[in-house]
Amino acid sequence: MSEPVTMMAAPMRLDYVFTPGVAQGKNMHGLERGVFIGQRCPKCKKVYTLSRGSCPTDGVPTDEIVELSNTGTVTTYCVVNVPFAGQSIELPYICAQILLDGANLSFMGLIQEIPAGEIRMGLRVEAVWVPPDELGPTMASVKYFRPNGEPDAAFETYKEYL
Amino acid sequence: MADEGVHYSADHVLEYPYVRSVGPTVGAFLTGLRDGKVVGIRGTGGRVIVPPTEYDPDTGDETTDVVDVGPEGVVTSWSWVPRPRPKHPLQTPFAWILVRFDGADTSFLHVMPASGPDEVATGMRVRPEFAPEAERVGHVNDILHFVAVGGGA
Repeated sequence: MSEPVTMMAAPMRLDYVFTPGVAQGKNMHGLERGVFIGQRCPKCKKVYTLSRGSCPTDGVPTDEIVELSNTGTVTTYCVVNVPFAGQSIELPYICAQILLDGANLSFMGLIQEIPAGEIRMGLRVEAVWVPPDELGPTMASVKYFRPNGEPDAAFETYKEYL
Repeated sequence: MADEGVHYSADHVLEYPYVRSVGPTVGAFLTGLRDGKVVGIRGTGGRVIVPPTEYDPDTGDETTDVVDVGPEGVVTSWSWVPRPRPKHPLQTPFAWILVRFDGADTSFLHVMPASGPDEVATGMRVRPEFAPEAERVGHVNDILHFVAVGGGA
């Protein structure tokens, strides 16, 4: 007889079909065309990026579609130094909350083309997209954001979005 | 905008490749399966629990003695599956069966293929069909399925 059994493989797997629905579908259609889509609340006039289709404050549909700028501001950030399973980007790298110009909600994006030690709140950035023939209905269409050379944004311009 | 007609859907897979330690009690059961036999454990009052648990489920007392049971047993309950789903252990029609191994006092869940539900009955005697020794790893699937003993129901 060989050694006693002490370990057991117990893999878990869930495969399913994801349907994003109308609102997220609009965002994804924008990503497929290399454009960020915002959705404006008819009541408070705020523009949500990656909107789920309704205003969380007013509870009404965000029917108006807005094409947003390719540039934005880093509101806050995190420098990742700790290796982890499934890591696909070379360390250290920067995760930042990015407030696109014309939007009232930030989202998380990868920052490249700047040393990790030079990242800062208020940094002006632009999106770098994958080549046109690789664009798809996914955030993977955005390769990363990089500094666009503009002077840093004043704190007052993004303090409401932290 | 002309976006109205765009509808997306995508296949997603969420997968965790867990490996877990099994402890001495479940370990004894899985070691038994790998070695081509079935073991249970003695609980409060001497009753034999299969598959073995670390504690007696009624009294909470710690269980101790590992004992051989079976390999034959009796079907205590069953449920017919006419159209197996992709993740079922068999892809042909089968019955989920609860088997009380000879020498055991509790029942064990496994599968028995059959051509129809009239081939399965509570009280019928069955035995496990093990995978070839070289393919057994210490897992419940080391028992491929159960078969009727002596001509079936």
